[in-house]
Formats: sequence, C-alpha cells, structure tokens
Amino acid sequence: MLVLDAAFFRRWMAAMAAAVDREAGSLTDLDSAIGDADHGSNLQRGFAAVAAALDKEPPATPGAVLALAGRQLISTVGGASGPLYGTLLRRTGKALGDDAEVTPGRLAAALGAGVDAVAQLGGAKAGDKTMLDALIPAVRALGESSFGAARSAADEGAVATVPMQARKGRASYLGERSIGHQDPGATSSALLIGTLADTAEADA
Amino acid sequence: MSAGRLVGVVLVSHSASVASSVAELAKGLAGGKESALVAAAGGTPDGGLGTSADLIAEAARSVDAGAGVAVLVDLGSAVLTVKAMLAEGDELPHGARLVDAPFVEGAVAAVVTASAGADLDAVEAAAKEAYDYRKV
Repeated sequence: MLVLDAAFFRRWMAAMAAAVDREAGSLTDLDSAIGDADHGSNLQRGFAAVAAALDKEPPATPGAVLALAGRQLISTVGGASGPLYGTLLRRTGKALGDDAEVTPGRLAAALGAGVDAVAQLGGAKAGDKTMLDALIPAVRALGESSFGAARSAADEGAVATVPMQARKGRASYLGERSIGHQDPGATSSALLIGTLADTAEADA
Repeated sequence: MSAGRLVGVVLVSHSASVASSVAELAKGLAGGKESALVAAAGGTPDGGLGTSADLIAEAARSVDAGAGVAVLVDLGSAVLTVKAMLAEGDELPHGARLVDAPFVEGAVAAVVTASAGADLDAVEAAAKEAYDYRKV
C-alpha cells in the first residue's frame, strides 16, 4: 500500500508550484472575468515561497510540511486565496499530527478537516461558486476510492461552478453576471488535487 | 483595564493610504492625543492593493501595550487574513481581537474610546455600536 512521507508532501508542493506557474495566466484570465484579476499571480507568488521555504529547511513530517506551506501562503499571497489555501494546508497538516508517514485514508480525513476549516473561515458552503465546489467532492472521492477519482471529482467540481451564481467574495457583487464563468478558486483547487494525484501515481 | 495601559488599535485596509488616512482621522477626532496607540496596516509590502500578514503582525506588535489590541478590517482578504492569523494563535500578540465594525466609523469610535483608557471589551463595544448609527 502507498505510504506517504514528508518527501512525498514536498514533491506534491513542488508539483503544485510548477502547475500554478504554468497555469497562472489562465487563472488570472478566469479571475479577470469575475474577480480582480490577481488569482494566478497571487498563487504563483505564494507557492513559489512555499517551494523555496521547503527547499531551505525541509520539515521531517507530512504535518510539518503542510503547516509550513500554509504559513507561507498566509504571509505571502496578499489576496483572499492566501488565508484560504493557508488554512486548508495548515489545518490538514495539524490533523496529520507528528507521524512520519501517513496512509491515503489518513490524508483524506485530514483534508476533510482542512476543508471544514476553509468553509468556516470563509462562511461558504457547497454551491456558492468557490474552491469548496472542487474540494468537497474531491476529498469525498479520495476517502471512498482513489487519488485518480479525487482528481476527476475536483475537475468536474470546478467545471460545475460555471452555471453557479457567486455568493462569496468580490464575484458575489456581480450577482447574476457571475453566471457562465468558471470559478478561479475552484479551478486552482482542482490543480491542487490534480498535482496530489500526479505525485501519488508517480510513486505507485 | 490594566493599570493605565491603553488598548492598541490596528487598521487593516487593502489600501495603504486608506489605512493611514483613517488612522490620522481617528487620532484627530480623538483630540489629536499623542498617546493614542493606532497603527495602520494597509496594502501589500510592495505598495500594491491587498493584505499583508507581515504588516498586520508588525502593526499589532507596535501598539501592544499589554492591554489588548483591537483589529479593524475593511473587507475580503483583510477579514480572512486576520481570522486565519488569530486561528493560528502565535502571529498576533496575546489579547489581539478582530472587531466587527464599519471601518471608518468603527475606527474613530475605537480610537476615541481606547485613548480615554477604556478596556478592550469597551473599545470593541464602541466600535461595534457604530453599525447602529443610521444616517437616514
């Protein structure tokens, strides 16, 4: 069975930094339709800082990797995605505790705690056209099935935000005009889950 | 209240000039008291629009006299960043609190009350009360 150690989590974060780098332009394009056109560059700056911090002083446990990553996002992003992704990773890391290795089932449960913390922080729920619309189905699929199923669920969740009306954040000021655009946060959340699945499949 | 020590007030806005102007306004309306402990944490470190956890932490430290710190925010990432920092527990001084209040009116009420020596609960109550002053 696949066992996930600190090195696995560092590879995941490095893969996410690379994916955000690659997709920064398209994330910002999505955000310019219904937000303030900074989602790509904000996450690019944040995950570059995460990758640099993890390289400089690699933490020894999965929990510590995610806690450090979360802290970096909160202090470097500058937009709402910083505290939201920062809380997701930090709370997930906290739920993983001090164990040197965790199972995919443990990770699914810990991500569930992280997603709950994001929902509480932002006051959002499923269907509000936010990152939760990709994360909630993805975490459920990871718990019930596999990394690949989580990737598909996250991608489908992101696409499913297109017809939704935004209820949270700047996009909510647009009311019905937010309908017809894919949510940038759900899109970047699908990247986060996608890079997790890539990292796991490369190990398998 | 803690023996003559004043509650600090931190004003967090997406814009550096909004944060510093509201701080100046509040201090002015508090009678220009030199003793008022107010710090602005506006924008990002490179001068852009946004929220900086580092600037917020620095501002909170600068006005922390041991009697608590009231943090007022404008919207979006300012709210979420302060909440996330408080949830972590060690980035803001002990006794720092996010105060739910309108930014400008709440800041004036908080600074006037704090500079008169009120404790953190009273400063928070005064700032929140600003929501009740209807204008029409």
